[in-house]
Amino acid sequence: MKRTEREESSAAESSAVVTDGAGVDWRGSASSSVTVTRAERLREFYEETVLKPMLVAWSDSRTRLGLLIIGFYVSLALVAVLGLWRAPSTSQAPRYLTLFENMQYPLGTTASGTDLAALIIHSTPDILLMVTSGGLWATGIAVLVGTVAGYKGGSVGRALMSISDFVMAIPGLPLVMILAITFNPKNPILLGIVININYWAGLGRSIHSQVLTIRENNYVEASRTMGVSTPRIILKDVIPNIMPYVTVNFVFAARYVVFASIGLFFLGVLPYSDQNWGVTLNFAYNGGALFSWSAAHWLLVPMAAIIGLSVGLILLGQGMDRVFNPRVRTRLTGESESTASADEKDTGMTEVL
Amino acid sequence: MSNYYVRRTARVFATIFAVATLTFGLIRLLPGGPFTQLRAQLLRQGVPASEVDARISNLQNIDPNAPLWRQYLDYMGAVAQGNFGESISLGEPVAQVIAEAVPWTVFVVLVSTILMFAVGIFLGSLQAYWEGSRFDKAFSGLSIGLMSVPFYVVAVISLYVFAYQWGWLPTAGTVGTNVDKELSVPFVLSALEHSLLPIFSYTLGGIGGQALAMRGNSIQVLGNDYVRVARLRGLPDRRIATRYVARNAILPMYTGFLLLLGFRLSGTVILEQIFSYTGLGYYMFAALKANDYPLMMATFLIITVALIVGVYIADLTYSKIDPRISAGGSDEAY
Repeated sequence: MKRTEREESSAAESSAVVTDGAGVDWRGSASSSVTVTRAERLREFYEETVLKPMLVAWSDSRTRLGLLIIGFYVSLALVAVLGLWRAPSTSQAPRYLTLFENMQYPLGTTASGTDLAALIIHSTPDILLMVTSGGLWATGIAVLVGTVAGYKGGSVGRALMSISDFVMAIPGLPLVMILAITFNPKNPILLGIVININYWAGLGRSIHSQVLTIRENNYVEASRTMGVSTPRIILKDVIPNIMPYVTVNFVFAARYVVFASIGLFFLGVLPYSDQNWGVTLNFAYNGGALFSWSAAHWLLVPMAAIIGLSVGLILLGQGMDRVFNPRVRTRLTGESESTASADEKDTGMTEVL
Repeated sequence: MSNYYVRRTARVFATIFAVATLTFGLIRLLPGGPFTQLRAQLLRQGVPASEVDARISNLQNIDPNAPLWRQYLDYMGAVAQGNFGESISLGEPVAQVIAEAVPWTVFVVLVSTILMFAVGIFLGSLQAYWEGSRFDKAFSGLSIGLMSVPFYVVAVISLYVFAYQWGWLPTAGTVGTNVDKELSVPFVLSALEHSLLPIFSYTLGGIGGQALAMRGNSIQVLGNDYVRVARLRGLPDRRIATRYVARNAILPMYTGFLLLLGFRLSGTVILEQIFSYTGLGYYMFAALKANDYPLMMATFLIITVALIVGVYIADLTYSKIDPRISAGGSDEAY
């Protein structure tokens, strides 16, 4: 409740600033654009896009946890980039140390005497890059195809949807395997895109069906009669409506990248230059960690890294729903417990692992 | 209306045709091309160099010296007849390998997907029924936890614990080596024993997502006026729960079920590898490793066709199951 009051008062303040400067503010935007300084506009932009979403996100315990977890992985990546932890190399430590046996190597070591903590930390930057690029690619293409097809309709829409249907029909993992062997992408950004090469299709299809109803709204029709161009209508009238859905699905797409990439690294299909979580898992699996309890940590540590990241992503995805949902956002209360319920329905359209 | 069905059916064939074309192109992208491996292998076996090309075209139904369009036509013609050539690494006709592999994969995927939905729907509806209770909170957390565990992690851990450490279940294969491949009690028991771990690990991770979806749907349905009216009419709880709530909550998940069946087929590439379970995914991966292009193309095509048919059935039957949706939909261009 406290926050609600604060927000109202801040809203009142900002409107007061506008009216004070311009006298009677009956001409609306024309006069306000003169008086609002750049600093004020920046502050408002900051409040609208950073502060408020963060406040809403922080108010929910699950999202808070998600943010903390993702923050933890980002700081791991920073540790690796800044070189605060030793780089992994063979026989840098005694072999087969278990968890917390030697506090120099808290996560233990592998059969070749490599520090597991170093392995995990130093592959985090690449994995985060890959996850982000894969998620951006999948949601970006899906939004483009879904909104254009949904808004334009007719033969353009049909053509785009036929393409999506075709792409959706190609099995994801086998396709990625063939592409990985063919193009041998080692760059994590490229790898993220390759892994989600056809993820956008299902997402685009469900965005399409949402846009079909959005385009019937009055304000869209008003824009159309005013002669606003199609790209502008899509950008200003359509996309804000689907943003919550898109962000939630960005997170799910990112999770798919994590699962699929680690799975394929584990199989040894994807090319790699340094060991990462999946490759470590592969080495552990093939290196006999299955046969003895003493080497179990070699399997468990990379697994924990994967599960931790995806827990963070899922919690964040569920919280994103509130951040973007204007009704929840203005109330700032944690009333609707059934987060992401409306969005969860369509996840059947996209691939899962 | 019938026009829609005709168009939809035509699109199935168009998509299969397009994917077959795509696989033809993809194979030619791969390092070494489709014939290098086979040629080397034949030469190693002592086939005279002059006969190699003839042998290749005999095995793969494609003449390697013909122009590309000719190869394409030959390939498509052979695929249309269900003839995928001969597997390079196994030395058997691809169609036979696939015919032996498909039942195992279908069994695992079908059973695990059905189980996943059944358990998910059950848990989700209980959660919705007791929304906000401790049970609900605990299982929501559990669902999120389950969603975060990739199935291959479950697979490796369960293999480690149940098969290697405790030795309760077999570590690899589809049936025991000493069991005859015929429909008998020991065969079925052995098959079940071998499939237990793959099914378990493929089911567990998926339950979370389904439970959360079912929970969300049910809560939404519970808030509807017709449920309140049904209560006011004094209908028994059981009837409300099954006829009013469950039906409407499960409905949106139906399409997802058929699509998931298709998607999960491609996940078997990883699953079957871990358990050395000789199904479609296993052979797909083995073929990829061995540059066995005929086998790889065929498995790729089969998985694709399954997906396309799943989407097709979902599209066609959804309007039958949910009368509110009219098939086709009417688009008008802006």
